[in-house]
Amino acid sequence: MFSGYSLPELGAIFAMQGFAGLILFSVFVLMALGLAIIFGQMGVINMAHGEFMILGAYVTYLVSQAFATYAPALFGAYFFVAMVLAFCASGLLGMFVEWAIIRHLYKRPLDTLLATWGLSLILQQSFRSLFGAREVGVTIPSWMMGSLPLTDLIEVPINGIFVMVLALGISAAVYVMMFKSGWGRQVRAVTQNRTMAGAVGIDTERTDRLTFGIGCGVAGIAGAAFTMIGSTGPTSGQAYIVDTFLVVVFGGAASLLGTIASAFSISQAQSILEFFLSGSMAKVITLLVVVGILMLRPQGLFSIKLRK
Amino acid sequence: MADHKKAPFPAMSRRAILAGGAAIGASLFLPKGLRAQDFPTDQVNTTGLAVTDDTVQVGILHSISGTMSISETGSVQAEKLAIEQINAQGGVLGRKIETIQEDGASDWPTFAEKARKLLVNDKVASVMGCWTSASRKAVLPVFEQHNGMLYYPTFYEGLEESPNVIYTGQEATQQIIAGLDWVAREKGAKSFYLLGSDYIWPRTSNKIARKHIEDKLGGEVVGEEYYPLGHTQFNSVINKIRLKKPDVIYAIVVGGSNVSFYKQLKAAGIDMTEEAPLLLTISVTEDEIRGIGGENIEGAYACMKYFQSLENENNKEFVAAFKEMWGDDMVIGDVTQAAYLGPWLWKAAVEKAGSFDVDKVREASPGIELTTAPEGYVKIHENHHLWSKTRVGHAMADGQYEVVFTTDDLVEPDPFPEGYQ
Repeated sequence: MFSGYSLPELGAIFAMQGFAGLILFSVFVLMALGLAIIFGQMGVINMAHGEFMILGAYVTYLVSQAFATYAPALFGAYFFVAMVLAFCASGLLGMFVEWAIIRHLYKRPLDTLLATWGLSLILQQSFRSLFGAREVGVTIPSWMMGSLPLTDLIEVPINGIFVMVLALGISAAVYVMMFKSGWGRQVRAVTQNRTMAGAVGIDTERTDRLTFGIGCGVAGIAGAAFTMIGSTGPTSGQAYIVDTFLVVVFGGAASLLGTIASAFSISQAQSILEFFLSGSMAKVITLLVVVGILMLRPQGLFSIKLRK
Repeated sequence: MADHKKAPFPAMSRRAILAGGAAIGASLFLPKGLRAQDFPTDQVNTTGLAVTDDTVQVGILHSISGTMSISETGSVQAEKLAIEQINAQGGVLGRKIETIQEDGASDWPTFAEKARKLLVNDKVASVMGCWTSASRKAVLPVFEQHNGMLYYPTFYEGLEESPNVIYTGQEATQQIIAGLDWVAREKGAKSFYLLGSDYIWPRTSNKIARKHIEDKLGGEVVGEEYYPLGHTQFNSVINKIRLKKPDVIYAIVVGGSNVSFYKQLKAAGIDMTEEAPLLLTISVTEDEIRGIGGENIEGAYACMKYFQSLENENNKEFVAAFKEMWGDDMVIGDVTQAAYLGPWLWKAAVEKAGSFDVDKVREASPGIELTTAPEGYVKIHENHHLWSKTRVGHAMADGQYEVVFTTDDLVEPDPFPEGYQ
């Protein structure tokens, strides 16, 4: 496979391939963080996660249209506005959904699966009715498309760097919120022992609503970012849902660190296998390995030790 | 379907009314006037189809919900336009076409069930429908059992020839070979990287492409890869392409994956306008470019039979009528145009046969010509596919293709190509 190539050429390809793996890692982290918060901390299986992401993507589309029409001079910066609005839109919808549906089902976790699956169908059809069945084209500011030549041979995509920075930033923000803020302490308390948390005066309902909202909001930001690398259509969210659950379950549902470790291992495995094998085979082998490990270690890579 | 402005039936464009008026005027002088009373219902309909003295029922069977609605919406629009225009010209054998539309919902068993409903309960005279090969394969037994007639618009992998289907799109060899010949001749391409989504159409097409490249063009295939439908990460394969340095990336990626692939290709610094490597696709029509963004695919080449930018009078009228009916922001891709041909080909066959009976329509179909097709002239082959020209388009930043090559002659459809299997 590598005969006839000079060493610098091979070095450059491997460097770029390593970078491709890191981009995939960042994409997985962005996809999975929102779900890790909701599934991990609240135990709610949110099948509509992909649709919350696509809501963020549609918000980005609307903001890009608005900037192109009303403020073309600022078009290069619209993306940051779009991400904030995507967070707000998905977050608010998430809080509404929690209030309307999820809170009635906390004692029946499997029913949340059905309810959120139904919700995902409702959202898909709403997108279709509002924006049309066809995919919409989100125009990305030109400074975000294209590549950055590091050396003569090594070029890295700018949107890849952007996704990486975003993934790092959001992970850090989630970490601070969960482990350094009062809210995070309340969330963890409610997760560990709902009755006791209520007894010491934590408003568990409010905490739940906020947690669900923030999880969905993070999904919205991810959706906004993915307009750079993927499609925006009513059913585009479905493309992400399987990978997202894979990452969260493999990482160990209740552990954010586990989510990140699992995103890293799955993305690296997949990216390396894709390079040496075909795309479909890479996926098959990755899934087989994940299934194998989960059979030996059903709680996932990392798990919080609890006294049951 | 809320994205289209609903044209209140039978509102029609001024152009259609004028055309209709002209046709009615002309028919007075035709020796064989197509007035319903000249064709008594009991003679033109001996098999109990839904034909009355002044109407005939035709089915439309596409997905207007679910994942395939992205693609199939355009076909529904084109078929409705053609039917409205035919009605404005006086209908078929003097009978107005009434449509019964069913939703296949992107689900293949649903397609079969709805096809049965259209043929058995509604007794429609013909059906315009299906998009994916999977949906066509699902309805095929129904059409053969109940002797229906399906007009199928999509370019597809071939290897099929049913007496109950007229294939108005191109089969694989028609679409592939002319494009590969062109890129080898005009661009001196020697090495190819084949890439596709992982299902039957890209795999069969790439099989034909590989045979043609290796056996006929003396070129080399340096890589062949498939990614699952809906795959969104193409950075690894882009690096592989960089490593192999092919002259041509031959891409048959479909659906949402398309958007990811072209955006990531551009982001990786592969500028398609430099043509090193050159990108040739058979799966990206103007419809798909709307989702991809013209600026992200500028410089790529596509090989198919129709582009919206075709310069001819038929096409100008078609594009204008389509936009008038469905909105100015509409784009028209290859399949949409092929779907538009369906009702016209059926009308021509019925009038040649002088009957709505499916057996007589089938018998009359081979040899039917359409000089008014937006793509130019087409003719139905004995094998139920169309003779048509193949074209290469160059993608521009505004999302349209500029036609850079057209085959001199009509390309013969060859659904079972010898030496390519």
